Amino acid sequence: MEKQLLRFYVNDQEYELFINPKTLLVEALRDHLGFTGTKRGCDTASCGVCTVMVNGMAVKGCSVLAVQVNGMNVTTIEGLEKDGKLDPIQSAFLDEGAFQCGFCTSGMIMSARAFLNETPVPKDTMEIRRGIEGNLCRCTGYNSIVRAIDAVAKGKYRGVCDDSK
Amino acid sequence: MIHDFTYLKPGNVKEALAMLAQHRDSAKIICGGQSLLIIMRQGLVVTEYLVDIKGLDELSYIIYDPQAGLKIGATTTHRTIESASLVREKYPVLAAMETRLASIQVRNWGTIGGNLAHADAAGDPAPVLIALNATVTIASSIGIRIVPLEEFYPGLFETVLSPDELLTEVIVPPPSARSATAYQKFNLLESDQGIVAVAVSLSVNDAGVCRDARVVLGNAAPVPIRAKNTERVLIGSKLTEKIFAKAGETAREEADPVADIHASEDYRRHLIAVLTRRVTKEAWEQACQA
Repeated sequence: MEKQLLRFYVNDQEYELFINPKTLLVEALRDHLGFTGTKRGCDTASCGVCTVMVNGMAVKGCSVLAVQVNGMNVTTIEGLEKDGKLDPIQSAFLDEGAFQCGFCTSGMIMSARAFLNETPVPKDTMEIRRGIEGNLCRCTGYNSIVRAIDAVAKGKYRGVCDDSK
Repeated sequence: MIHDFTYLKPGNVKEALAMLAQHRDSAKIICGGQSLLIIMRQGLVVTEYLVDIKGLDELSYIIYDPQAGLKIGATTTHRTIESASLVREKYPVLAAMETRLASIQVRNWGTIGGNLAHADAAGDPAPVLIALNATVTIASSIGIRIVPLEEFYPGLFETVLSPDELLTEVIVPPPSARSATAYQKFNLLESDQGIVAVAVSLSVNDAGVCRDARVVLGNAAPVPIRAKNTERVLIGSKLTEKIFAKAGETAREEADPVADIHASEDYRRHLIAVLTRRVTKEAWEQACQA
């Protein structure tokens, strides 16, 4: 085994790691760089708690080799807050109480953010539900989560927080 | 725990093929890794070299040619296929299948070539592509060969790929006139693989008779299979509810399913009968309108 140099961006900050190539993206983020907002759950690409964005796309950090994101931009939950202001989707999750135990929350929010970036005006709540199909929540029954995403989509947070991401 | 490996990152297809030719059985190919990393973590796959073709943009494309049909490069992601207007317009069944494959995160990173080469009998793309009579292009350092996808899977989790070969492209022939393909899977969560899945391609002639049929069963045997007895029930008839039901019963007999934690063998046969009836009807109605 020969270690590999990985150079990539996390939340707009450049990092260099010299790592075993079997290191998963979620391990690079949590164990090497300390971004522990990204959770580790099933490790089989089922639960979605490790969801982060790579070049704007939601991916599961447990199922991507860290070396595969060389040169790319990774956004984690820590990267959503800007200048001390929460992202609209974070505010909406708070307002709707869209979590109980909180373990799914960062992955859920990253999926929701990626979904809203791609689909600023969802047709209906079913489309929102499809947008978070890769994330499991065992507490909320999803209704409050869907309401939070719907509230952002309907512009409730426009002007309150920056919604231009 | 993933076993250590040496990571190889080819800059182009030629380099990738040279690496495979050199390391042969000691090397595995990774693309999106959405299936491979899971089984590597389970210790089911241990490899000395891992050849990473994920970044090979050379193989990321979707092209349509009226003569040759649709060509999809192996490293094209599921998400790219599902969102391509070309695919949605010409092969709506392919776009619809991709939209229901796993989750958005998996589709964003996982690729069509990786999915097909993983050879999971429960995979979504293979039954649909076999129904569409697709072929795959296989390259090695000494040349290329083209294999019907139907002949690509000799057994459970096996492909006809030699250790020095790489699946580079999927080719789907142009849709014929008055034909349609439908696909359904039965699962409990929409993002799951099918407990069973059925894909049916039908074409209808001017007299309103079924001219040709391809019925493919997914997760109903160790590999995706053509249900040829079922096809014989359909070809040459004007299809009715009675024939749809007979097709379902024939497929029930023709399947060779296993029992696992998701379903017993009997339940799988039952589902195959129901889905074959429904999917055949759906394909027939679409073909008659086409």
